[in-house]
Amino acid sequence: MVVVSAESVPVKSEPDVVAVRRRVREVSAQLGLSLVDQTKIITAASELARNTIIYGGGGTMQVQTLNGPRVGLRLTFEDHGPGIPDVALALRDGFTTGSGLGLGLGGSKRLVNEFEIVSRLGEGTRITITRWK
Amino acid sequence: MSEIQLNQKNGTLAGVLGSHMDKILAEWLREMSNTVRRSDLIKESDLRAECSRFLQLMKQATELDGNNFQSPAFDGVRDMLAEISRNRSQKGFKPSETATFVFSLKRPLFNEIQAQHKGDAEGMAAGIWSLTELLDAMGLYTTEVFLKSREDIVRRQQEELLELSTPVVKLWEGILALPIIGTLDSARTQVVMESLLQAIVQSNSRVAIIDITGVPTVDTVVAQHLLKTITAARLMGADCIISGVRPQIAQTIVHLGINLLDITTKSTLAAAFSVALQRLGITFVRETVKS
Amino acid sequence: MEKIPILKMGDFLLVTIQVDMHDRLAMALQDDLTKTISQTDARGVLIDISSLEIVDSFIGRMLSNIAAMSRVLDAETVVVGMQPAVAITLVELGLSLPGVRTALNVDAGMELLRASVGANKELYGSRLR
Repeated sequence: MVVVSAESVPVKSEPDVVAVRRRVREVSAQLGLSLVDQTKIITAASELARNTIIYGGGGTMQVQTLNGPRVGLRLTFEDHGPGIPDVALALRDGFTTGSGLGLGLGGSKRLVNEFEIVSRLGEGTRITITRWK
Repeated sequence: MSEIQLNQKNGTLAGVLGSHMDKILAEWLREMSNTVRRSDLIKESDLRAECSRFLQLMKQATELDGNNFQSPAFDGVRDMLAEISRNRSQKGFKPSETATFVFSLKRPLFNEIQAQHKGDAEGMAAGIWSLTELLDAMGLYTTEVFLKSREDIVRRQQEELLELSTPVVKLWEGILALPIIGTLDSARTQVVMESLLQAIVQSNSRVAIIDITGVPTVDTVVAQHLLKTITAARLMGADCIISGVRPQIAQTIVHLGINLLDITTKSTLAAAFSVALQRLGITFVRETVKS
Repeated sequence: MEKIPILKMGDFLLVTIQVDMHDRLAMALQDDLTKTISQTDARGVLIDISSLEIVDSFIGRMLSNIAAMSRVLDAETVVVGMQPAVAITLVELGLSLPGVRTALNVDAGMELLRASVGANKELYGSRLR
């Protein structure tokens, strides 16, 4: 697998969610993802960016475009917040510790081809999603 | 040029090809006719022209850069091998028959190398070894290209099939129908779903009928996909009706515990069409025939 | 702060969402809309989202909330013009917006509102009689 380009986008406060969506749209359109696939990964990014701010106290999103053998877009959301005590529970639909719908994590997972979550209590959370062309 | 140098040059593949081209071509063609010549698939004269052009390219390449198949000098040879492989895979040759195009060249070339190195066992062994390596690399290359072009054909056919299998038809102003024929898998359902929703927007249709008369079985995954399509259509402001539900499919749906309660289902497309017309407030009146 | 304009058309309110909705804007719209419904006695709300490129769970929840709140204020809400890609994504995300009425475009939405408000009027009239 070859990483063609990589950049980091801040995810600190609420207006950053809009910036995240805009950047993911630009990159996924450049990669030539179908409109439905673009919409799916932008929506997933929107959910995860909001989680990063609300539950992780802010962090970053890394954008990577991949090529060889497959073309794809990989986003990594990282924060240094409190971490998730029970990842399996957090992935379940309808579960939330905040005021949301509890669809963010589980829903984002359904919108992408690959989903990886690493969370350590007191250290933070890193979620990586990939959508292939 | 001294005699030894001349001998060395004559003993190489380039030398052999330069001085005995016609003889090698004749033996090669004979060799192929003994093994796999397919007169049903390729004409004698075409094959001869092809082989002759190939030997010319080999000669040019080997003169430039010996027996090194990876070298840029072999670009022409590689291109021609690729073209031959692709052609043959389309014409219906087997991969082994295609590779034999290269391998049947072994004996004629070995014979020549052998003849040139008479009395020089070491030189002969080296010449033959280097030739074997080259021919093997070329044979593998033809197989690779052959398989790749087969894969391309399969992929193209799959795509064409997907497009063919999802016609969205307009039944009335505001009413669409999507007759599904064959098994629904995830990839196909996604195409079906997208083309239906796109058609709903383009034709401004309030009702869409999904006819599953031609779907052999409905399992949980397929039912789930159907439900998603219907929910997405509803979010856009269109109603879906499922028609063509056969008795055994109705049984499966209930046994699987799939909830289709909120969805209008009809046993025939005609019944679904009638419901659709009703929803749009359209009625038909039979005129009394004047005599 | 930027605001999403609310247009009054007879008994109905029309909201066209054209900007990239950030969360605070969505919350502000919710407030504005409920206030306007009660001030104007509107009977219906039409929300046109045809230029929205995505609807995530936050915007989805806002749409559900507006529909529920306006119902309490005796106004019907219709969301119109959701794009196919947005609809597919929303379903995959797990949101089906139950309780939100939808239509293909503003025209169809208007028709739907008129029909449902008209039906209510008739019911009211027959009760009076």
